[in-house]
Amino acid sequence: MYNIMTKKEYEKYAEKIAPKSNIVRNTARAFVVGGLICVVGQIITNFLKSKGYDMDDTSNLTALIMILIGIIFTGLNVYDELGRFAGAGSIVPITGFANSIVSPAMEFKSEGFIMGVGAKMFVIAGPVLVYGISASVVIGIIYYLLNF
Amino acid sequence: MMQNTFMTYLGAFIVGGIICAIGQILIDKTKLTSARILVLFVTTGAVLGGLGIYEKIVQIGGAGATVPLTGFGYNLVKGTMKEINQHGLLGAFTGGVKAAAAGITAAVFFGYLASVAFTPKAKR
Amino acid sequence: MASKRIGKQTVKIESPVSIAATAAIAGPKEGDGPLRLYFDMIIEDEMWGEKSWEKAESKIVKETFSRLLSKADKTTGEIDYVIAGDLLNQCIAANFGLRDSEIPFFGVFGACSTIAESMQLGTMLIDGGYADNVVALTSSHFCSAEKQFRFPLELGTQRPPTSQWTVTGSGAVLLTNQGSGPYITYLTTGKIVDMGIKDANNMGAAMAPAAVDTIATHFKDTGLPIDYYDLIVTGDLGLVGKTICADLLKRHGFDISDRYNDCGVMIFDCKRQDVHSGGSGCACSATVFAGFIYQEMMKGNLNRVLFVPTGALMSTTSTQQGESIPAIAHAVSVERDLSS
Repeated sequence: MYNIMTKKEYEKYAEKIAPKSNIVRNTARAFVVGGLICVVGQIITNFLKSKGYDMDDTSNLTALIMILIGIIFTGLNVYDELGRFAGAGSIVPITGFANSIVSPAMEFKSEGFIMGVGAKMFVIAGPVLVYGISASVVIGIIYYLLNF
Repeated sequence: MMQNTFMTYLGAFIVGGIICAIGQILIDKTKLTSARILVLFVTTGAVLGGLGIYEKIVQIGGAGATVPLTGFGYNLVKGTMKEINQHGLLGAFTGGVKAAAAGITAAVFFGYLASVAFTPKAKR
Repeated sequence: MASKRIGKQTVKIESPVSIAATAAIAGPKEGDGPLRLYFDMIIEDEMWGEKSWEKAESKIVKETFSRLLSKADKTTGEIDYVIAGDLLNQCIAANFGLRDSEIPFFGVFGACSTIAESMQLGTMLIDGGYADNVVALTSSHFCSAEKQFRFPLELGTQRPPTSQWTVTGSGAVLLTNQGSGPYITYLTTGKIVDMGIKDANNMGAAMAPAAVDTIATHFKDTGLPIDYYDLIVTGDLGLVGKTICADLLKRHGFDISDRYNDCGVMIFDCKRQDVHSGGSGCACSATVFAGFIYQEMMKGNLNRVLFVPTGALMSTTSTQQGESIPAIAHAVSVERDLSS
């Protein structure tokens, strides 16, 4: 075989040739878009509070509305464009969680409504729920043991 | 009052922006996929919530701390601890999802409706 | 040793096997690229009136096949074999696209190098006296490939700068023992080469060593000088892989840079079309060959071309299990005239 490098050396060599992500630009975009999405959440929160909703209802309704926004933007085929620009700025907010539920569900609609939409809906969101809920149970048990 | 409202927006923008920026640095530096980033953030939020740290971030950032997925993890843990205070150990199994019920249910239900109504479009 | 073998990996085709016709159908993004005038048809949207991306890809296969037959003025009865493949699991684009063709069918998989694999096998079938006319065809589709290998289209993610854009389209070649060129003269069949690259978003780097190995072996086996060819063209290494391939070959003493290009770089305007490192997919090298290279040969602008499609032989399962990416490259030597 025509080869002058070990795998390790080749990996380093390929790494050097590959163009790098523009981290400064990407991070700036993520900061601005992520920040703005959170400001939208804050506007909704402040509005609900001013209408006299209590803490719990406000937080639930804000989450619900943000998710709805993420879903609608995904359905209208614009959330992927936003993601292309903003990266983590639109992945990390809860709107991105909504996007991760709707996008595979839409994509796999061609495989039917049970094993397509119903099952594929959770390919990305499923792990989030698994690890989020499991973490809360573990932390809850530790909290219980420490305090009771 | 006006001053106060503006400060909530500023806090949300900066805290939310920083959390997302951390996510972006992780993506660019480590090649983590978005699914892994989401899992990492929800778990981190849960842990920071358990340690009582995230509560402070929420006080500064408001929606800037609750809207990112770390806030989702924090919310799960906050609900768990609240239920444990009221119902004992059973709360570890009821509190989390109860607190996040609105978000999860909305995501599933509206997500289903949207996937029926809309179709994906090719990127160009 | 078998009499037609010249060296470890290369065979010399003794009887004239020529390419009687080609056909290429491309998607809208490819139809907006620098090679737009070379495609027989550009579909206006990726779904092309079908209900799924997979069905659309099969339709592209079917239409490309029938275009090829009508361009060559052949009936299905005159074709002895079709050798075809694509990227979808179990090669369903080819299987379904050609299920009504009523022609003996070989389904093959060599990832993005499939067009070379099918052209090599077809050429050997004809040279061996087993067939008069063989069709080699491959396809890929951006949307069905994203769905299978990466993420849903509507998921808001960023593509890293080393990533490549799967070409939507299909390219087909009719090989025959009755034509008058361009002729297929040498075949160098590649070995599987794995240099340990694991990043599925950097397939150019994963495949480049395979291309280097096959090209260097081709020149060693045949003893031909590099300037024997007007053009040496790899399949879909993209900008990253092309740089690596040219550099490594130079270090081995094969400086091909003045006559070297890559189909993945040629098919898109990488800057304007936001495809990052370039094109990829079975249709990348197939449409560039069936479109640009073949037509330029027919016009006399290219006389001898070494066509080296490259393939990354991983699956989503192997990637999730943390495996590195094995790669392959096959070389097909195409010449306008038979010199000797």
